[in-house]
Amino acid sequence: MKYLDEYRSAELVGNLVRAIRSAVTHPWTIMEICGGQTHAILRFGLDELLPPQITLVHGPGCPVCVTPVSLLDAAGRLARMPGLILCTFGDMLRVPGTQGGLFQARAEGGDVRIVQSPSEAVRIAEQNPNRQVVWFAVGFETTAPATALAVKQARLRRLDNFSVLLAHVRVPPAMEAILSSPSNRVQGFLAAGHVCTIMGTAEYEDLARRFHVPIVVTGFEPCDILEGILHCVRQLEAGRHEVENVYSRVVRSNGNRQAQALMAEVFRPVDLAWRGIGSLSGGGLAFTPEYESFDAVSRFGPCEPAATGGPFSLADTGRNQEDCIAALVLQGIRKPNECPAFGVRCTPETPLGAPMVSSEGACAAYYRYRHRESYLATVTPP
Amino acid sequence: MTSLVCPNPFEESGRVLLAHGGGGRLMHRLIESVFRPALGNATDLDAAVLPPTNGRLAFTTDSFVIKPLFFPGGDIGSLAVHGTVNDLAMMGARPLWLSVGFILEEGLPLETLKRIVASMRQAAQAANVQVVVGDTKVVEHGRCDGLYVNTSGIGVLGHDRVLGPQAVREGDAILLSGDVGRHGIAVLAARNELEFEVPVRSDSASLSQPVLDLLEAGVEVHCLRDLTRGGLATALVEIARSSALHLHIHEESVPVQDAVRGACELLGFDPLYVANEGCMVVILPEAEAERALTRLRQHEVTAQAVRIGTVLADPPGAVTTTTALGSRRVLDMLSGEQLPRIC
Repeated sequence: MKYLDEYRSAELVGNLVRAIRSAVTHPWTIMEICGGQTHAILRFGLDELLPPQITLVHGPGCPVCVTPVSLLDAAGRLARMPGLILCTFGDMLRVPGTQGGLFQARAEGGDVRIVQSPSEAVRIAEQNPNRQVVWFAVGFETTAPATALAVKQARLRRLDNFSVLLAHVRVPPAMEAILSSPSNRVQGFLAAGHVCTIMGTAEYEDLARRFHVPIVVTGFEPCDILEGILHCVRQLEAGRHEVENVYSRVVRSNGNRQAQALMAEVFRPVDLAWRGIGSLSGGGLAFTPEYESFDAVSRFGPCEPAATGGPFSLADTGRNQEDCIAALVLQGIRKPNECPAFGVRCTPETPLGAPMVSSEGACAAYYRYRHRESYLATVTPP
Repeated sequence: MTSLVCPNPFEESGRVLLAHGGGGRLMHRLIESVFRPALGNATDLDAAVLPPTNGRLAFTTDSFVIKPLFFPGGDIGSLAVHGTVNDLAMMGARPLWLSVGFILEEGLPLETLKRIVASMRQAAQAANVQVVVGDTKVVEHGRCDGLYVNTSGIGVLGHDRVLGPQAVREGDAILLSGDVGRHGIAVLAARNELEFEVPVRSDSASLSQPVLDLLEAGVEVHCLRDLTRGGLATALVEIARSSALHLHIHEESVPVQDAVRGACELLGFDPLYVANEGCMVVILPEAEAERALTRLRQHEVTAQAVRIGTVLADPPGAVTTTTALGSRRVLDMLSGEQLPRIC
């Protein structure tokens, strides 16, 4: 397939792997930010192709994983309100809050609909003028502009039955938190290409300088990822710490100015407690005063308080079981298969932590591609 | 001058009414106008009386609740025939007779029902199978999605082997009869849940002819498995677990239409897990592989047949694949449905 096969070419992959092997002299730990990159690494077995000096750890770039339990519970309560339609991305239905997830709410009669984009939720609101429609907005800077656009559309069409439960999150505060942690082991980052498509690369300059860490803007195909690793390794070996863009076919250093303006008009950064990571200054988004009327929280008021965790409180009530290391996995401190519960008591059917629930989560990726890793021993290695 | 004749309230509506399932006049009219023209005398007797056959019988049943009723490349009617015919074919049986049970929703347009029944007839004729008995029930509006169909089928075996995972042996070749993922993507597109056009038609088709051809030519087939929900990967995992052997495939050799691959990329699906309704895995001795491929490629429905892998011994129950890049990964059953990713 055009524009795809080129970036999965076995020949190019071989060349990049050889270049990485000849560039590396020291052990290095590199984190890929985005869950999409984690999946590609495992799906294509890229980590298997790398020299042993390079350790890849997996970042918190799974928006479903880091969505606070309190917001999930809020979504569940909204979904159970008679007559209300809750729209969200498919992945969100699986994640359990303290009251069971949205699948549960749907089974109990709630009208929960899976949509592909926020504008579909706006259309549903238009088609159902007598019902309240809430868009449960999840995702990084990649999906936030689409939510902003949906809100503007709704205002233009005077849809007073449309509102948003905001759970958008921002990447740079999470990177800062990981680098500031005393147990941090990350020496270089592969920044998430799609996020940079929107936001550009400027906001990473300060992080690279302050923490002396190379940040390489990287895509999602095998060649993209290996090229990101190669450039990161070269910087580390040379003692450099710069922001580099190896995804220039998609990412411009200024990003998408129009999308940024849209976000600035509709949202403002706000502190948010990420699941598994804790409170991040500027880690989430809230509406600007002009658009506050679209906030589902203010529209429907504090719902019935849950048994655990306050009404719409952003504090993470936490549901992880004692021996679940999801928090350490999300910070790149441990790998999913280092968890004692991994694949034994923690599986996608019986998850203990969010990274096992979401298909973008690192634990789910390991489970899908690695939990029977011993199987590979008998297949001729590459 | 206006007619003084009172219009028949039932005929006028052109829709299925509860009374159509009531066993009375209206039901008979439905049989006469819809079912008999398409399915012959299948509905006349309480039970079909079947002639004696020479050989063991295979018997199967399947229910169809697909939404929407029509999709590019098929509809619930043809699908219900193909599904049951293929289940029989996978045992190496020649499909002979089908039963058809309809559950109709009150308000279903009669035209819709006629189209579906006509499509069943066509599919049955193409698969050389006879609908010999049927039943219809009507439920209140809102109690089902237009219509549901159950088909059961009886086929006769012309051989004395049992095809299945237990017959698979180490060293066997793994063949695939066509490209994967078309049915799943076509149905998803027909639901209008995608905001882009996908030029994909379902592969829904009978696999009976190519299977019978293989068996009649004396090809020593060990196991046949049609790919349905869960796609190729799930079928392979089921065979690996039941046979306690290790199935290894080369991902690159699995055919996937460009449009299917494109849609899967956009939606975050793995085509190896997307549904088919006219594609099968064939496992047989290495020495038979070329001969089987040549035969399969003579049939339109299996024209793209390819070798995708080999059966290994250890570890039992494993399915592994070598990727296009030469790296390896494990294939396992999916947990839950494949749902669109969000970033």
